[in-house]
Order: sequence, then structure tokens, then C-alpha cells
Amino acid sequence: MSDNLTLPAQQGATGTSAETLLEVEGLTKHFPIYGGFPIKRKVGAVQAVDGIDLTVGVGESVGLVGESGCGKSTTGRLITRLLEPTAGKITYQGQDITHASRRQLAPVRSEIQMIFQDPYSSLNPRQTVGTIIKSPMEVNGINPEGGREKKVRELLELVGLNPEHYNRFPHEFSGGQRQRIGVARALALNPKLIVADEPVSALDVSIQAQVVNLLQKVQDELGIAFLFIAHDLAIVRHFSQRVAVMYLGKVVEVGDRDSIYNRPRHPYTHALLSAVPEVAVDDEADDKERIRLAGDVPSPIHPPSGCRFRTRCWKAQDKCASEEPPLIQISGNREGHLTACHFPEEPTTEAREEDVVMDPALKALEDSAADEPATKD
Amino acid sequence: MTSPTKAEGSGPSVALDPELASTTEVDKPKKLEGRSPGQLMWQRFKRDRTGVVSACVVIFFFLIAALAPVISKLYGKDPYTLYAQEPDFPFLLDDFAMPTGSFGGMSGDFWFGVEPKLGRDVFTMLLYGMRTSLYMAVIVTTFSVVTGVIIGMVGGYFGGKVDYWLGRVTDFFLAFPSQLFFIAFMPVVTALFVSPTDETPTYIRAVAIILVLWFLGWMGLARLVRSSVLSLREREFVEAAKVSGASPWRIVRKEILPNIVTPILVQSTYILPSTILTIAFLSFVGVGFVEPTPDWGRMFAIGAEVYEQDPMFMFFPGVALVIFVLSFNLLGDSVRDAFDPKTGR
Ligand SMILES: Nc1ncnc2c1ncn2[C@@H]1O[C@H](COP(=O)(O)OP(=O)(O)O)[C@@H](O)[C@H]1O
Ligand code: SF4
Ligand SMILES: [Mg+2]
Repeated sequence: MSDNLTLPAQQGATGTSAETLLEVEGLTKHFPIYGGFPIKRKVGAVQAVDGIDLTVGVGESVGLVGESGCGKSTTGRLITRLLEPTAGKITYQGQDITHASRRQLAPVRSEIQMIFQDPYSSLNPRQTVGTIIKSPMEVNGINPEGGREKKVRELLELVGLNPEHYNRFPHEFSGGQRQRIGVARALALNPKLIVADEPVSALDVSIQAQVVNLLQKVQDELGIAFLFIAHDLAIVRHFSQRVAVMYLGKVVEVGDRDSIYNRPRHPYTHALLSAVPEVAVDDEADDKERIRLAGDVPSPIHPPSGCRFRTRCWKAQDKCASEEPPLIQISGNREGHLTACHFPEEPTTEAREEDVVMDPALKALEDSAADEPATKD
Repeated sequence: MTSPTKAEGSGPSVALDPELASTTEVDKPKKLEGRSPGQLMWQRFKRDRTGVVSACVVIFFFLIAALAPVISKLYGKDPYTLYAQEPDFPFLLDDFAMPTGSFGGMSGDFWFGVEPKLGRDVFTMLLYGMRTSLYMAVIVTTFSVVTGVIIGMVGGYFGGKVDYWLGRVTDFFLAFPSQLFFIAFMPVVTALFVSPTDETPTYIRAVAIILVLWFLGWMGLARLVRSSVLSLREREFVEAAKVSGASPWRIVRKEILPNIVTPILVQSTYILPSTILTIAFLSFVGVGFVEPTPDWGRMFAIGAEVYEQDPMFMFFPGVALVIFVLSFNLLGDSVRDAFDPKTGR
């Protein structure tokens, strides 16, 4: 497309925050695969994360969205330095922490915290809630005014739990309450950035909104920057100021909330959005485009050449297989809205003439359903 | 999937989970003290009658072993005196050096009978014999457990090459034919400390037994601990500790160790009785303790020599050993059941 402006990929925390807190450049994580007999050697690599750029501004909330297995958790774990990056650079407040050791990290350790996905495995079953929330303070030698216990009680209250539950054990709490304990633990060190790895995916639908609201409250009141990881766009919609869409180890589209939700360009973003249920009045519901993707994400061991989405993309052409689309600002997009696609979609989510149904089985089903009269979807 | 729009509509009530709101009210009057997994386990254990009875039996055995000197003082005999030669007790043994009285010479003076040939008191021999065996078993078990925990924990937590080599060493020791090794190496180990021509002091024998049994006693636990640590290491609470900047040592101590205490405890309750049996076996085949040290295992050796003429001699040591080993194993099962209510019954 000739009208594609090829601007160097320079994404700032545009409009939402002036100062950059965290900057990630070309971040890569390949998990080696060993095999062979009798001598084990490296036979390949899972390219879980393959050169992603991302910035998070001070106090900004960024959503990181993508299907299961596309490397979101790995990205989160790289940023919190639970994993060692294969390549790339992580800069936190101007300080390069890409390969910092535990001791070198100590000063910024307390500022980058994490909330985990599984509320049942993220709390030590042998420790009381008090001990769990207190131990980050012990590790970092933080002595808040009035003592650590008082601080723990305040935190419990902040996350909506009874401070008197200080001496209880995790097994006495429900999933939602456990997740609140996890939030309290992350807050214990007064962090500046929290990486929340699908914090509500394991929860009941009815509890999810409550926890998201809690996180939003925390973000608003304490001005903490968030990297909120989710596998669909619904949950981050009202939470994130900026959203990055990931596919198979790469960021395929990134932009402010409005651009991603209302003017998406990448076919994958369109597909994700069409999967988001809308609270809409009945006659409105049909206005939205419907896209169904075939099958699963391809294996990150042998990702497709060129554009990684091409095996499932309805607009794919030869160029997509030979050339990898760069993450750039396409003409007509706002500043900071970058898309990696050779043949981007129109910036709209209006219903198209024909639904895109990529799944052959599903297509057959829908066709036969369409033959029968009065089939309601 | 909840739509966030709806979520926002749910207003201020959102701050509390519904379940929490109710529990708070119910719990208000009570003291808000949580029950730890350990306390819950203890409660389940107390309900298990087999477990409680076997625990009492085990404690009873340890008590009488520990109190052996006191008991024998009250009882007025010791395991060393050859009572057949004492003028106080004439006709204790007959012409064939077998106990005169029926049932192995049981009487008000000799509760469990008299030893054939030498005429020692069986009751005190058993008391002191158990004392020797239990002390040895406790020491060997402690050493094995500590070694197993350390090796398993290091391998499991650090993984990679360290784990690989520790695993191979464990396999190597597991491949040893242990019974043969004990018999063959006991004299060798003893010879390391004393020249074969000298008299071997009892404590050297004890040290040799401990070393040999320790050497081949830690592998099972090392494997168990390693696999537990491997699975715990991946848990998110360990990652949470790492994110907070905790050192590996702190993570092992505070996050992992408390979670493997119970399997270690259960495994120890299996190791201890089997060590008792092994020590008895060593003495039985003649490489353990020698006369005059009273020893449980050697009582079986004596009993085996005279079982045709005096079957009663073996009765009390045998019954005591069966009861002890059985109780200890039942105790282990109960501890395991209390730890994990899903297994077993
Ligand atoms: N420790 C690991 N070793 C090998 N492969 C891994 C490891 N962790 C994740 N992966 C692989 O990396 C890919 C991305 O995983 P993940 O980051 O967990 O995805 P997501 O969180 O988006 O579902 C997956 O294919 C997964 O199998
Ligand atoms: S580059 Fe080609 S294959 Fe990839 S998303 Fe765009 S159109 Fe589809
Ligand atoms: Mg994940």
C-alpha cells in the first residue's frame, strides 16, 4: 500500500503521560529445546517473545492483550526479571536492568511488583495472610510508621478485606479474596509499576469485575503504573489508557484505547474485538462485524515466515509470507498508534457485508444453519 | 465474560466480596484466629483412633527405653549379671543350662524369664536392648533425613547440572545391594578406627553402624524431597517471593521448607522402624553389637540357637518388635492421612 507512511517506530506514552517509567526494546525470550540421544543438545527454541517494544509511562495503565500462548506471561516475567531475556533491553527510569543481578536490582526491586494469575498457587498455604503481606517488607528492610503489622492491616482494608483476618490462612478465603491478598502483597512495597498477569482470568465472572474495580481504584488513588495482561480485550477496555495487542511473540498493534477499540487496523485486533461481547440493545447488536478465526495459534517453535498472523489472516497475500511487516504508524492513524500489517483493515468496527469465518468446520455449520429459516444467532 | 460497563455500575458495594461480608458478620464474636494447615492436620489426626493408639504405643516404647535405668533399678536387676551363678538364685538353670521353671523360667523375680546358658534376666536385657536399638535408630534416621533433605532440596531447587549429578549419585547409592554391603563393610569400617588385633570399644561399633546405615539410608528421602521441591519451585508464591527480592536461602527456608515438612515427617516414620529392623539384622548376623552390650537384635540370635529347647525366650523380644514396628508404620499412615484427607480411606 503506497499510502502507508513509513515512520520509524517511535512510540511514546503519547497523550497519557509525559514521563517514561519503563521502556522495553527488542525484548526477546527463546526457551531452548533439548533433545537427541545419547547426548542431549539444543535442537530448537520456543520463540515465546520475539523482539517486542513497549513503553509504560509514569502512572499509566497499559493493557497487553493476546490469545493464550502468545507470550504475554513471558513478557511480564521478563519485565519483573523472573526470567532472563535472550536479547533486548529493559530500561527502568533510565536504568538498564536487562541483566541486573539480584543484588544490583535491589534498589528497584520494590518498585516493580507483580500480581499473579492463579490465586490458589500464588499464596503460600503455610503462611498467614499477615506473614504473606509482611514478608516483602522484611526482605527489603522496610519499617513503615507504626510497624509492619499496622501497615498490613491498612493494606487489607485498602483491598477490601477485614483487617482482623490478619492471622488467617489462605485456604480460608475464596478466589476473589485471595486475589485481593495478592494485590495487598504487591502494594506492600509502594511500587511504581505493577505487572498484573491475567489477575482475574481464574476468577468467577461475577467476581472479576470487583477485582478489576479494585485495581482501578488502586491505580487512580496511588498513581501506580500498570501493565495489565489479559487474553481478551473486554477486561482491559475500561482499565487501560493504552493497549498493545500481541500475537505469537510479537506486538502487532499498539495505540491509545480509543484507537484500538474504535479504529483498529490490524486484522488480528479486528478478530479480537469481534469476540468482545457488547452490552448493547438488541437492534444495535447486529452492527458489529463478526470474525471467527480458524484453529489455534501456530507453534512458537516454527512460527510462520513473514507476518506471523498470515496462516489465519483473511487478507494474506504473497508479500505477507516473504516480508515481515514493520510496526509503524499507518497513514490516517493517530500518533502513537502503530500497526504491523501490509494490508491493514479499514479503521472501523462496523459490520461488513459478509462475516469473516475462517474456521472451515464453523463455516460449514453456519452455512447449513443459514439454509434453515428462522435461525436465530 | 463480564462486561466492565456493568461492573462499574455495581457501585461501592463492589469493594467487598459477598462471601466476605457474610463471614465477617458470623465471625465477629469469635476471636479471629485462623487455623493453620498444621492445626487442621492435628485435628484430623486426633479423630483417627488407630493413629492415636499407635502414637501412644510408640511413645510408650520410647519412654521405657529412655527410663530403662530407672525401671531396672526399681525392678532390682540388670542385664549384665549372670544370675544363675548368684547364690541368691539356686537352680535357675538345669543341667542342660536351660531355665528350670516353665515358660522360660518366668517368675515373680524374672518377669520375662531367664536367659538359657548364661542365666541373665530377659526383662532388663530387652529393656536395655530396646534402648540401644532405639537410640541408634533415632540417630541414623536423623542423619539420613537431614542428608536426604539437603541433597534433595539442592537438586530440586537449583536444577540443571547440579540436579543431574546429584541424581546420578543418588542412583548409584540406590544400586548398592544394601544387606550385603552392611555385612561386608561393617568390619571394614570398624577396622578404619581400630586395628583388628585390638579390642573394639562399643562406641566405635556404634559409630560404624551409624556410618554404614547413614551411607545407604538417605536416598529415598532425597528423591521425595527433590520431586516435592521441583513442583513447589514452579508455584507462583515462590515467584512472588523472588519478585520481592528474597534470597534463594530465604525462599528455601521460608517458602519451600514449611511445605515439605509433612512428607518428610511421614517418610521419617517409615525410615525409623526399618532402621530398627536393619540394626537388629546386623546384630543377628553377628556384625552389630557384641556381648555384653544388650541388644534387641542379638536376642533373636540367642533365641534362634535355643528355640527348640526354650521357645519362650524369643517370645517377648519378638512380640515387642512386632508391636513397635507395626505401631510405627500405622502411625506413619495416620500422619499421612491427616496430612492429606484425600489419600487412604
Ligand atoms: N519455561 C518455559 N519453557 C519452555 N517454554 C515455555 C516456558 N514458558 C512458556 N513457554 C512457552 O512460551 C509460549 C508463551 O507462553 P506464555 O508467555 O505463558 O503465553 P501466555 O501467557 O500469552 O498464554 C508458550 O508456547 C509456552 O509453551
Ligand atoms: S501482514 Fe498480511 S497476513 Fe499479516 S495481518 Fe497484515 S494482511 Fe494479514
Ligand atoms: Mg499467561
